[in-house]
Order: sequence, then structure tokens, then C-alpha cells
Amino acid sequence: MAIISIRNLVVEYGGRRVLDGLNLDVEQGETMVLLGGSGSGKSTLLRQLIGLERPRLGTVMVKGTDITRCSQSELNRVRRSIGVTFQSGALFNSLTLEDNVALNLREHTELAPPIIDLVVSMLLGAVGLAAFGKLHPQELSGGMKKRGAVARALALDPEIIVFDEPSAGLDPVVAAELDELILLLKQAYQMTIVVVTHELTSAFKIADRMAVLNEGVFVAVGTKEEITNSKNPYVRQFLDRIPANVARANAITNFFERYLETPEVNQ
Amino acid sequence: MATPLELVGRKTLDQLDYLGSFSIQLWVTLRSIAKALPFVGNRYRWKAAVGQMLQIGVDALPMVALMAVSTGFILAMQGASELRRFGALHYVIDLVAIGFTREIGPLLTAIAVSGRSGSAFAAEIGTMKVTEEIDALRVMAFDPIEFILGPKYLAALVAVPCLSIICGVCGIVAGGIFMFFSTHLGLLLYLRYALNSIELRDVISGMVKSIAFATIIAQVGCLEGLRVRGGPDAVGRSTTAAVVKATFLVIIADAVFTAIFYFLRKP
Repeated sequence: MAIISIRNLVVEYGGRRVLDGLNLDVEQGETMVLLGGSGSGKSTLLRQLIGLERPRLGTVMVKGTDITRCSQSELNRVRRSIGVTFQSGALFNSLTLEDNVALNLREHTELAPPIIDLVVSMLLGAVGLAAFGKLHPQELSGGMKKRGAVARALALDPEIIVFDEPSAGLDPVVAAELDELILLLKQAYQMTIVVVTHELTSAFKIADRMAVLNEGVFVAVGTKEEITNSKNPYVRQFLDRIPANVARANAITNFFERYLETPEVNQ
Repeated sequence: MATPLELVGRKTLDQLDYLGSFSIQLWVTLRSIAKALPFVGNRYRWKAAVGQMLQIGVDALPMVALMAVSTGFILAMQGASELRRFGALHYVIDLVAIGFTREIGPLLTAIAVSGRSGSAFAAEIGTMKVTEEIDALRVMAFDPIEFILGPKYLAALVAVPCLSIICGVCGIVAGGIFMFFSTHLGLLLYLRYALNSIELRDVISGMVKSIAFATIIAQVGCLEGLRVRGGPDAVGRSTTAAVVKATFLVIIADAVFTAIFYFLRKP
């Protein structure tokens, strides 16, 4: 049985359909990468997966609970089994890195403070930030913030971890380090991982399966090989980096010629 | 293009939407405030509330005291210049004591706190929205109202009345200093006269106003922060709106409470 199951998901903002009848299953222990261009609806889908928004139609089943219709207490129970790392890291700026990681443990468990300190040290060590626990997020680099966010997401030992654009804004070396970290999580913790990204290199490195989203619908879902061999025009355009709207030099020239002929300019 | 009637309708709906959001937020915050109390609540919320009390109350103390002393001098001098003509200079004591207890102490404090802390609430929560920290709280199974607003509201409910009392004392003492230099009335004697002129209902009306003002400042500041949509410029706008709306509502509420107490007092 799939750990995440999306059925006929429809999301609308002000009458505009952003997600249009999506269906997707994510199996336990697999890494599913949601690929898509800007405005394709992948961030909206991520917000649905973690219960931040409710859809117009459809269901999102996580571990057998429909998070679109369940009570707040059920949603909170499901959320404790999902770790989320946001695009910006979203670490709390008023807390140190240690306190950010410890927050979940202090509030949602009965662990004694020395045990919490030990778990926090282990988690920070696992993401390579053991020496930076006393710093505040604003004192960390972009890559360190994201790794700190991973440590925070791992605190409650979740079954599912969701990454929103993990490589965005990072240099290639740091992005590759984060990819390695995601692979390590899968190996070490046997987690189900959902990654939302538009970075092809990163996607092909970490994915077991991929779902390509365009204008609110999945145009292709499959393994890396199936996506690579896909004949779908959008998938080909996306993978082969073919621009959709080419800037035409003669159109710009025509515009300026017309502008220079207007009476206001000639006066 | 919208007709004037449509514009009026739209504005009315916006105001009703704001009023509805304010009421719901106030109700939810009141329900969650118990979790910020010492002994019976969550100790981390109480710790956050104490931190907020220091920021709202202790940090504002020098400014509020200086404003109160200045206003005390102004009120005493303005009152004395007119009352002297009728040989009723001693009524300056009543004017300053009752004026500060019932009216100026709570109002001056509210304006100072609105400018300092109301704007800070909006900026802090608005920034948390922009940086996805509010979303992070929700996916970590925390209620943002309980986590952020509860401690802030409790802190305002404690700090604003305390500041109002200190503001009143500073203003009354300033009146005493004026009386000492203008009529050689001893400060202790002045204080005795001042205490005689104040009734318990004056103190109660001042405290009721303080609590109402604290509610307005905290709730408006937090609501403006939570309504932030977009980027950093929206945070700036919310900060300005928090101060303007809170100050406006404080003065309106002051007029309403003054009218209520006036009619209750009438024999």
C-alpha cells in the first residue's frame, strides 16, 4: 500500500485551476521527485501534501489518513510523521540552531533535557553542523541553513521527509553535498522522500521515480529511465532545455522604430 | 471601472472581513492564553511571555516615564494658568491626579506601546510569514496562534496596565514638582491630597481601559503581521498599518469607555 496516495486532486485559486485532477502514489521507502517548471503547480502540490492548504476536490491520503478532511488532531498526528525542509530553510530566527532542532523534541516528547541535548548533537553531527549549534540562522550560509532544516525535520524520526527546492540558490558543490545527504537519509533511515525541484542534475541523482508536472497535470510519471525516454513534448522540452518563448531581435527593433516615429518623441 | 457604489460595497466588505478576522483571532487567542500561564500552562510559552513582558514593559519604561513627566508638567501648568484666575489653584492637584488615573496614564501608555510593540509584533510575525516560519510551525504540528500570539497577548495584558500605573505615578509626581515650585506645597502633602482626590472607580476605569488598549494593540499588531502577503515591502506596510490602526482604535475605544463610565457615574 502506498504511503502517500493522491486522488483526483483539484486546487483552484480565485477560480483559476492550479492543479487539475492529479493522481499519484508514493511507495514506502522510495524517493519521488516532483519535477516541473516555474508556475507548473509543484509548490502548490507540496502544500497539499503537507496539509497546509485544503483542495477544492480530491483526496491526499498519508499513511491511510485523508489529510484533506481529517480533524486538526489527526492532521497534527500525521504531521509528526512528516519532516519538511522548506526552500528557505525556514529556521526560526529567534532561536539558535540547537534550539531549532530541539524544539520538536521539547514540545512533542517527554524526553529528559540531557537526552534531548544528545539527540540534537547527533542530528547536527549527521548533517555536518555539530560545531555551529550555538549560532543563529542569520549567521549561517544558505547551504548550512538547509542542512540545519534537515536536522530539524529529522528530530522526530519521521517516516516521510519532504524537500522543497533543496538545491535552489546553492552553488553546485553545496547542492551536490545536499544531494548526498538526501541519499544518505534514504540509506540510513529507510525514509520515504518527496523532493520538489526543477534542478535536473539533482533530480536524476536522487530519484527512484519522477513525476513531471506541467500546467497543473502530470504529463509523465515513471522511473528515471522512463522519464529520460519519454516522448511527451513538454518532458522533451524540459529535459532538453528548449526555450518556450524565444526573444526575437527583429520584434524589439520594430518596437523601437515605431516608438521613434511617434509625435511625442519627434517633438 | 468600478462605480462609487461598488467601491463603497467593496470597502465595507473589507472592513467586515477585518472585523471578522479580528474577532476570530481574539477568541482563539483567549482560548490559547491558558497555555502561556505559569504552572498550569506550557513552560516554554510562559518563558516566551516573560521575555515579551520585558520587551513591552521594562524596555518601554524610560520612554513612558519621560512622556508622563512632560505631560504632567504640561497639564499642571495649563490647568494652573486658568484656575489661578479663580483662586482655585489647589484644583490642579485633582486635575492631574484624576486626569492621569482615569485618562492620560492609560492613553499615553497605549500610544507609546502601540508605536513600540504593536509595530514590532507586526514586523516579527510578518517576517515569519515571508520566510515560511509560520508554515514551518504548522507542519511541525504547532498552532501559530498558541505559539506566537498567546505569549504576546498575555505579556501585553500584564505589561500595559503596569506601565499605565507607572505612567500615572510619574505624571502625578510631575504635577507635585510643579506645585512645589509654584506654591511651595510639600510633595508629601501634595501626594496626600492627590490620593484623597482619587476614588477606587477612577483606578478601575483606568485599568479597564488599559486592558482594552492592550487587547487592541496586541491583536491588531499580530493580525497585521498574519495578513502579510508577498515580500519585505508588505512587512513594511503591515508595520505602518499596525501602528495607525491600533492608535486609531485605542482612541475610539477610549471615547467609548469614557462615555460608558460617565453615564455609569451619573447619579
